[in-house]
Amino acid sequence: MSKLFSKENKEVLVNPFNLDNPVLVQVLGICSSLAVTSQLKPAIVMGLAVAVITAFSNVIISLIRKTIPNRIRIIVQLVVVAALVTIVSQILKAFAYDVSVQLSVYVGLIITNCILMGRLEAFAMMNKPWPSFLDGLGNGLGYALILVVVGAVRELLGRGTLLGLTIIPQSAYDAGYINNGMMTMPAMALILVGCVIWIHRAYFYKEKEN
Amino acid sequence: MEHLISLFFRSIFVDNMIFAFFLGMCSFLAVSKNVKTSLGLGLAVTFVLLVTVPVDYLLQVYVLGPDCLIEGVDLSYLSFILFIAVIAGMTQLVEMAVEKYSPSLYAALGIFLPLIAVNCAIMGASLFMQQRINLDPSNTQYIGNVWDAIAYAVGSGLGWTLAIVSMGAIREKMQYSDVPKPLQGLGITFITVGLMAMAMMCFSGLKF
Repeated sequence: MSKLFSKENKEVLVNPFNLDNPVLVQVLGICSSLAVTSQLKPAIVMGLAVAVITAFSNVIISLIRKTIPNRIRIIVQLVVVAALVTIVSQILKAFAYDVSVQLSVYVGLIITNCILMGRLEAFAMMNKPWPSFLDGLGNGLGYALILVVVGAVRELLGRGTLLGLTIIPQSAYDAGYINNGMMTMPAMALILVGCVIWIHRAYFYKEKEN
Repeated sequence: MEHLISLFFRSIFVDNMIFAFFLGMCSFLAVSKNVKTSLGLGLAVTFVLLVTVPVDYLLQVYVLGPDCLIEGVDLSYLSFILFIAVIAGMTQLVEMAVEKYSPSLYAALGIFLPLIAVNCAIMGASLFMQQRINLDPSNTQYIGNVWDAIAYAVGSGLGWTLAIVSMGAIREKMQYSDVPKPLQGLGITFITVGLMAMAMMCFSGLKF
């Protein structure tokens, strides 16, 4: 058991959260991270879906990595990912229909999410299943983290709610506070992610200088 | 005819792949460093869209839809796998064709040509097309036949090209401006795209 959680494995799992975040540092999987974040709930569901799919596609590809011919590996990877995404999409339709309607085509677009292909190519093709699982999970959760941060800011400022619960009190509205409708527009998602990257880099530049 | 034109212009300006749906952002951010390669990639994406969306439309209508192959069976849950297979196959074909007939373009596009297979704009266009089949025919976004699908594909491709070329031009100019250090590169690019998206929102009332 101690071997399963050795130092290297722990790093593989934890690094994507800050130093090596897939969205902020490697710039992967931007498309969906912007589109689903106008509210918190679809952002959380999407983040979890991506984490699960990344983890399991990493495991599957890592198990069959020695039998995949090098020339057609991209198509093999795409088919494995597409099958997993189909399963997740059907589960969402069955158990969380309203969220799956909100996410619309972006569930299907997990297939072309570069985080998946990036991790499969860079990690799962040359590592054992267990580290691959941790790597996939870590990267998926690192991605989910950004989704949740951006989703929370946009929902709080754009609608005054979090997960549909009203956060900003009525007295604030009475005093003249107005929801920023701009926050629910696509354009603000881009600007917010830009600011998150800015803060992240400013912070880590300082750490490096120290 | 009127519907075709309206669909075409709407998919360029209003339902722009980048500014309204954020599709194809990864290669958009990676490639838009100068105008020339941006234009090349934009045209390649437009071409792959032009081929894959009509093919996926025919598949959806004649193979995957309810009661198409077998009475009472709806195969549309297979659409993800089938669409991605079509896209990957088509990209391979386009790559081979370009390599044979225009080696100079092939050399210019380099690695980006095979990467089109995992460009979300391509997959996204097919998935949006699948949704739009079920819309009301009076809706300007409705796709009812192959010609509509072609108009939608070309419109989205040109919209994507427009976005990446203008971004390339802005980034060429931005090299000379004094950006705070942590904001350089990615951060400022995101904020610029956000401002461009805000400007593109002016088109949202566009009607023909």
